[in-house]
Amino acid sequence: MTELSHATVAELGRLLEGKQVSAVELATFFLTRIDAHRDLNAFLDVRPEVTLAQARAADERRARGETGPLLGAPIAHKDIFVTRDWCSTASSKILKGYVSPFDATVVAKLKDAGMVCLGKLNCDEFAMGSSNENSAYGNVLNPWDKTAVPGGSSGGSSAAVAARIAPVATATDTGGSIREPAAFTGVTGTKPTYGRPSRWGMIAFASSLDTAGLMTRSAEDCALVFGAMLGFDPKDSTSLERPHEDFTRFLNGGVNGLRIGVPKEFFGAGLQDDVAVAVRTALAEYEKLGAQLIDISMPNAELGIPVYYVIAPAEASSNLARFDGVRYGHRAAEYANLPDMIKKSRSEGFGAEPKRRILVGTYVLSHGYYDAYFIKAMKVRRLIADDFQRAFGQCDVIASPVTTSVAFGFGEKASDPVAMYLADLYTVPGSLAGIPSMSIPCGFGAKGRPVGLQLMTNHFEEAKMLGVAHAYQQATDWHRRVPKGY
Amino acid sequence: MSLSAADVRRIAHLARIEISAEQTQATLAQLNDIFAMIEKMQRVNTDGVEPMAHPLGGRQRLRDDVVTEPDQRDENMKNAPERADGLFLVPRVIE
Repeated sequence: MTELSHATVAELGRLLEGKQVSAVELATFFLTRIDAHRDLNAFLDVRPEVTLAQARAADERRARGETGPLLGAPIAHKDIFVTRDWCSTASSKILKGYVSPFDATVVAKLKDAGMVCLGKLNCDEFAMGSSNENSAYGNVLNPWDKTAVPGGSSGGSSAAVAARIAPVATATDTGGSIREPAAFTGVTGTKPTYGRPSRWGMIAFASSLDTAGLMTRSAEDCALVFGAMLGFDPKDSTSLERPHEDFTRFLNGGVNGLRIGVPKEFFGAGLQDDVAVAVRTALAEYEKLGAQLIDISMPNAELGIPVYYVIAPAEASSNLARFDGVRYGHRAAEYANLPDMIKKSRSEGFGAEPKRRILVGTYVLSHGYYDAYFIKAMKVRRLIADDFQRAFGQCDVIASPVTTSVAFGFGEKASDPVAMYLADLYTVPGSLAGIPSMSIPCGFGAKGRPVGLQLMTNHFEEAKMLGVAHAYQQATDWHRRVPKGY
Repeated sequence: MSLSAADVRRIAHLARIEISAEQTQATLAQLNDIFAMIEKMQRVNTDGVEPMAHPLGGRQRLRDDVVTEPDQRDENMKNAPERADGLFLVPRVIE
């Protein structure tokens, strides 16, 4: 059964539908692999008995005549999504041992579709980071090169899918936290339109940016699982009402005549040569498939980083105010009085990066600075969003690098917050505009580490974007490459 | 815009986070680096531009004021550091 680790969700679905494998067999297989690769530190909480109970339930549903490609398929969830049956910590000490009384809507929807949860995945604390070096529970290793970071904040999700210890994983993207780790680990990472997946039960970082998404090994798999994962949720006040949609419907549309916009600002001075070569080669492949490359300009895109690092910390300072040691989470053992208890609980429980972002956010929202920083950032956000609308008037999809370099080594950027923030250069503009964006593997760069190609389409055009990705994945095999030993 | 140690102490208090005297200098340096990076945003002209709070221009949705959640108080309190009789316990507030 060793080929099971290389099977896509679509292939596993066919095996399950054809009764060639059971959900229990799949769960057992992946739990064994997860245990064999504990050194990656991708998982934070694994409970085999609970996973197997979910698998038995899926097999019973199939025995009663229910069908569906996701019924019995395994999945793992980033530890930003709360779950009743596993701990939920957001990779922070402040939530160590926390057990949620409810499942996040995304978790519940995928469970209703019959997907079997393998456990909770490591990430940067409160989704803040680009290397998974900010987890309170240790680094995650990149399966391609264990001296390199897997990216962040969804490092556990990307490493698990790259190492084939989970066929698909949920993840979240606020400034690039799906796309960057996907690029660093050679998997397909997709962020849908803001507001399409529910944020109910997703531990909040930045409420106008946080978007649930997926790490998969193919665009086809993402399209399949999006069908069960996305959708209006009355419990999320920013959830969008959209008609039901089959995200696989454009997979085989090809790219003949497709206009691909290539923004010059995304190919500037910071971009490393090895990444540029792999990305330009991928664009040439698209031309061979019949697409047309169009030079475009997005003059405000480079302001994405300063705008993001005002808005996201501001929203985070508000969202993290709830952690006070009163109703849940870490409470300090010693304190003089209530205000002291709150201060100590927060200071002991939060890591350095959340503290840093809370301080930045508190400052830009404080009296006297709110207009100059927060309001100003919201205005520049609109300029960036407008750049995208102008661009989509000239092209169907925008293509660019995902990152300026391949995965960096542990410790290389950890002591320089601003250097770490610049890793998000090409991903934050899409986040600020709330548009669907994804990273697909397109080759290898320095030290044999993977390179990702970013595709972006306008709001609600996930199906088109996935079709454009699928066309590339039919003509190339980067997405099928497996790191040595996995 | 350059912060001072006093700024750091003031913001830390607003955020209910404790920063030791030793940590204040390191934090100050890092925050000043971050704010230097943020300054780039100040140079662009935004006259007449409306702030964008929601990327798709969404508005706050309202619902009818009716009870929709079941009473599961004990379940919701199970992570409380200290509790009794359905109450969260904290250090005395009023002397």
